[in-house]
Amino acid sequence: MTAPVMSYDDALAQFDPAMGLEVHVELNTVTKMFCGCRTEFGADPNTQTCPTCLGLPGSMPVVNAKAVESAIRIGLALNCDIAEWCRFARKNYFYPDMPKNFQTSQYDEPIAFDGWTDVEVDGQIHRVEIERAHMEEDTGKSLHVGTSGRIHGADYSLVDYNRAGIPLIEIVTRPITGAREMAPAVARAYVAHLRELILALGVSDARMEQGSMRCDVNLSLSPVGAGTLGTRTETKNVNSLRSVERAARYEIGRQAALLASEGSVLQETRHWHEDTGITTSGREKSDADDYRYFPEPDLVPVAPSRAWVEELRGTLPEPPSERRARLQALWGFADLEMRDVVAAGAIPVIEATVAAGTTPQAARKWWLSDLGRRANELGVELADLPITPAQVARVQALVDEGSLNDKLARQVLDGVIAGEGDPDAVVTARGLAIVSDEGALADAVDRAIDANPDVADKIREGKLAAAGALIGAVMKDMRGQADAARVRELILEKLG
Amino acid sequence: MTAGGELVRRSAADLSEALASGETTSVELTGACLDRIDSLEPLVHAFLHVDSEGALAQAAASDARRRAGRPASALDGVPIAVKDILVTEGLPTTCGSRILAGWVPPYDATVVARLRSAGLPILGKTNMDEFAMGSSTEHSAYGPTHNPWDLDRIPGGSGGGSAAAVAAFEAPLAIGTDTGGSIRQPGAVTGTVGVKPTYGGVSRYGLVALANSLDQAGPVTRTVLDAALLHEVIGGHDPLDSTSIDEPVPPLADAARLGASGDVSGVRIGVVRELSGDGYQAGVRQRFDEAVQLLVQAGAEVVEVSCPSFVHALAAYYLIMPSEASSNLARFDAMRYGMRVLPDGVANPSAEEVMRATRDAGFGAEVKRRIILGTYALSSGYYDAYYGQAQKVRTLISRDFEAAFAQADVLVSPTAPTTAFRIGEKLDDPVAMYLNDIATIPANLAGVPGLSVPVGLAPEDGLPVGFQVLAPALADDRLYRIGAALETLLEKQWGGPLIAQAPTLVVPAEAPGADR
Repeated sequence: MTAPVMSYDDALAQFDPAMGLEVHVELNTVTKMFCGCRTEFGADPNTQTCPTCLGLPGSMPVVNAKAVESAIRIGLALNCDIAEWCRFARKNYFYPDMPKNFQTSQYDEPIAFDGWTDVEVDGQIHRVEIERAHMEEDTGKSLHVGTSGRIHGADYSLVDYNRAGIPLIEIVTRPITGAREMAPAVARAYVAHLRELILALGVSDARMEQGSMRCDVNLSLSPVGAGTLGTRTETKNVNSLRSVERAARYEIGRQAALLASEGSVLQETRHWHEDTGITTSGREKSDADDYRYFPEPDLVPVAPSRAWVEELRGTLPEPPSERRARLQALWGFADLEMRDVVAAGAIPVIEATVAAGTTPQAARKWWLSDLGRRANELGVELADLPITPAQVARVQALVDEGSLNDKLARQVLDGVIAGEGDPDAVVTARGLAIVSDEGALADAVDRAIDANPDVADKIREGKLAAAGALIGAVMKDMRGQADAARVRELILEKLG
Repeated sequence: MTAGGELVRRSAADLSEALASGETTSVELTGACLDRIDSLEPLVHAFLHVDSEGALAQAAASDARRRAGRPASALDGVPIAVKDILVTEGLPTTCGSRILAGWVPPYDATVVARLRSAGLPILGKTNMDEFAMGSSTEHSAYGPTHNPWDLDRIPGGSGGGSAAAVAAFEAPLAIGTDTGGSIRQPGAVTGTVGVKPTYGGVSRYGLVALANSLDQAGPVTRTVLDAALLHEVIGGHDPLDSTSIDEPVPPLADAARLGASGDVSGVRIGVVRELSGDGYQAGVRQRFDEAVQLLVQAGAEVVEVSCPSFVHALAAYYLIMPSEASSNLARFDAMRYGMRVLPDGVANPSAEEVMRATRDAGFGAEVKRRIILGTYALSSGYYDAYYGQAQKVRTLISRDFEAAFAQADVLVSPTAPTTAFRIGEKLDDPVAMYLNDIATIPANLAGVPGLSVPVGLAPEDGLPVGFQVLAPALADDRLYRIGAALETLLEKQWGGPLIAQAPTLVVPAEAPGADR
């Protein structure tokens, strides 16, 4: 079942990888691309549908102007030209989750085209050229019931059309060549960069694990230095940043092994498996695939005025590279610290935490250490952890005012992530607040002195270093919920 | 003849006055139409579904509005028949196809919603060629409709049911749809009036698309004024149809009343050279020429205009229409609605196998022919030569119209090259069937409005001949002025409407439904 894979170094010794990335972004418009149905994620199946998005006979589409606006803003942010006049087209093919058996998309007249964006990997800039960004509608979602989990071998299939008609922007790169061994990292960095850009634009929540941002990785190999493009595969279903890199790396090894043994690669769609870290063959895809595109006769052309385009250009957020430089200076992070922050995709959460009143260093500490570890354990992005920047800021505020120490703060963060409520609720429920009752502390100090007379004597003799043992005893007695500095003061007062 | 019998022969404009004055009620009128439908359907078969209960309930509601002095429109209470290609909430909609058998749409087409809000009781849904593909209504999966002038002949198509219902006095008004002539050609061969409005003038929302860039719903009536009144009810901008024109509908009934004076002084009438001559039946040409002379006598100026690209219209149409249709009909896949056929001898059929079996059983031969034609024309490698080229022809045809309308206010031609042919006569020769639309297709390709009005019976067969009037886009009012003028001038000669000359339909005693 598992295909032979050549080692990464051997593969690169013989071949140059070329990649093309197709990213679908679900827009966060209130209504669908061509009808007035709501778009909220997670509603009961088939409750957000109407004659148009169900493709009922007689129904007709009407373009969502907000989606066009988002598409133009994405295009502008990617330095694209914006079409003065473009049309929607029908992409014809049969599939049960596609209500009309054609997808209303754009073909040879995309809304945005000929752009570029710069991506940074380990301090090095890679320019990724954007071929096009076009508007289309999403399909419904099939659930194949049975052991296989796929359409083949399913006992039956269910289709949810809530997703049908949700506006999508498909962003297609030109072939990314010359990245060599960096190719998988560049792919990942590009998708991360795009995600950052989309979030800054506010046009999508870009959650890869929920499918509101999806990536298809096209990859081919050619002999080193040949300067040609080989036969490509298109790997679908790559739903995390990490997977983008892994899938690209895997395909390089698999294709290299095939080229070495059989001399050719089959042009096909492949599926990425997050769990096993491999791709498997999907349906065979060839250039003979004929979608019989033609202009959608139910819609009039989209012709954004230049004035509107310029108005939208004025709404663009700061470009990510400038933003990074600005924030690094503002936060006073060293280059190495900032690189870690960027690599972890932590800029937005740190920014929000700082905005909620935390110092930049404290925000960085929590998000990159404890919360970074939890995100890894849960296999999610930082932003998708079930804790908000405001909650992190509250925890730090409790530390700053002396109600928590770092150890207790970690337990509070765990409690919030476990769904026990806001930080204050977790502190109360778990009884985690530092005891500031002087009487209770004094009693605990007395107990420690009584239990350790020899240590107490040493302190009385001026051996202040011995105080540590008593502090430890008091902290143990107080189950960690004491301010160690205050304990030390009390001990020295009593024995001094 | 009974009182109900008299009632059903009256025009909608006349009935509107009778309802307003209290001379009759909508319940009485609607009941009379339903009786007529009940007795004649075994002969004519104009309807696929009759909604007696619903129509009478709507009629009662209309009467209540009239009694309260709050009629919803001038036509409130005048019953209507709707072509079975417009979706109707709660009423079956089949498009004349088996594949939609039993489907009850959950929503109303905008045209239907406007009829309802104007208070017109809906009698039922009329027969048609499957998915509007045909010129004879013989391609209905539910059997042909018969022409009330000669039951052995076709009523035209695809909207033969709507035209026959009106011609047989089963309904005073009907709605048709016209993609290449499906309102005008049935009007011509049944001696009724049919109008294809300007493309975008009437909402297509809820009109099950044959060819989206060509389809247009419009009125099917017995008089030009009735068509204008109905057009005013259904026309106008609809935000649910992006191709709908956001302009006010010109006053159409006023234009018809103006034309009814019979004076067309100063109107320039362009006779299209390419829409006459070879292929046009002698009696059709004769009645057409006489009608043109009548307009000249009434003050019109006649010029001959040439539209050289019209000779390519039929070929372009038979690439564009099937291309759009092949894509539109893809949704009929047995997954969500309509017929579902499980393939024979397959234990656990896949979705794909069910789709294939359903489409094989559910679509008729003409539909399959056009799906194949369209799929081929859109295929990569052929697209430019077929679909692309056809779109260029379309542009040339639009330019021909522009040039012609620079010389003439309206263009005229026979609506159809022949009178009604015999049922079965052209079934084996699709191209002969397609040629029936040769004079009507250019208007659809260019989006301009067209009207067909009866101009007499062909001497050789005694069957109705239609006269087509074409106007520039958005100038639908000109159709009504010229159409009404011709109607008035001709009726003076005939001593009444042409339809009065239609043979009385006699139901054989043993026919089911005769004795209600």
